[in-house]
Amino acid sequence: MCNTHEHPHHHNEQAVLSIEQDILHRNNLLAERNRGYFEAKRILALNLMSSPGSGKTSLLEETIRRLNGRLAMYVIEGDQQTSNDANRIAALSVPVFQVNTGTGCHLEAGMINHALKHLAPPEGSLLFIENVGNLICPAMFDLGEAYKVVVVSTTEGDDKPLKYPHIFWEANVCIINKTDLLPYLDGAGIQTLRENALKVNPQLQLFELSATKGAGMDAWCDWLYNISKSTSLITSFLNSKYDKPGIN
Amino acid sequence: MHELSIAQSIVELAEEQARQQQASVIEEVEIEIGRLAGVEIQTLTFALESAVKYTMLEKARIVRHDIDGEGRCGDCGACFKTEALFSPCPQCGSYAVGLLRGKELRVKSIVINRYV
Repeated sequence: MCNTHEHPHHHNEQAVLSIEQDILHRNNLLAERNRGYFEAKRILALNLMSSPGSGKTSLLEETIRRLNGRLAMYVIEGDQQTSNDANRIAALSVPVFQVNTGTGCHLEAGMINHALKHLAPPEGSLLFIENVGNLICPAMFDLGEAYKVVVVSTTEGDDKPLKYPHIFWEANVCIINKTDLLPYLDGAGIQTLRENALKVNPQLQLFELSATKGAGMDAWCDWLYNISKSTSLITSFLNSKYDKPGIN
Repeated sequence: MHELSIAQSIVELAEEQARQQQASVIEEVEIEIGRLAGVEIQTLTFALESAVKYTMLEKARIVRHDIDGEGRCGDCGACFKTEALFSPCPQCGSYAVGLLRGKELRVKSIVINRYV
């Protein structure tokens, strides 16, 4: 039809563009920026994830009490609303930044990037990121952390890892909290919970503890202290989406 | 409801690429979703309906490929189809299974319409 005209003109044209990009590409790129910042400043960042009420904030409080004076600790708190958790951490004289996600059900790398600019953790510090209480969505979003830590409490039922496998699959560390309540629970107890977690992810590093009563806290705090003091931060690439060929 | 974030990311990614090509309309988006990616397809479809409103993708066809999970046993090396993240190796029963496929979340291609 075009050659029937003599004057130049425009027309609409269809084109296929090959994209081949991860849908979470933007988040993953921002996560890598965070990871680069952590690496350059030798900051050890941990992403704590769990369902609401499994004891993440109590665990943080007790960990901070035990490591205070030995490590410089900083906290980013993620919740849909309120600064209740940030207030609990601030009461321990640890710098904390509260991210309120509104209706959002998880933290994303951009929120951490923003929080870091306010919090400005110094060289060699230990940064805890307490994700929004949710056992589903946080699993998908890389924040740039060195370790993903999933917290599950004994009262949640021993099949939690099988019901919500993604978060256990993504995690590097699993903390089984509220071991002090085991005597009050029916069923096979902690053994089945442990086995189920390892079925989903045989490489999980497990800690069993009671944040409120103190049992098992030493092993967890020693581990934290040792990795944050180790100069090799090769582990910061554990959760990178870019460390494997063929994945972008 | 991380599916809404996923849907918004699809829209952002597609629009960014289309704009670079001076396109005005995106007619089709081709995506790959692994069956073990942790995305609820019905929820994603629903979220996409809202996410595309008032964007270049408003009228776009969504072509979705669902990718089956495929694992490889770290102990005996067997490769097999898997429907869960915690399925043991059917050959030797080991849980040390690495995933080869099934975690995909990818925009493969878009079809744009541009004025030239």
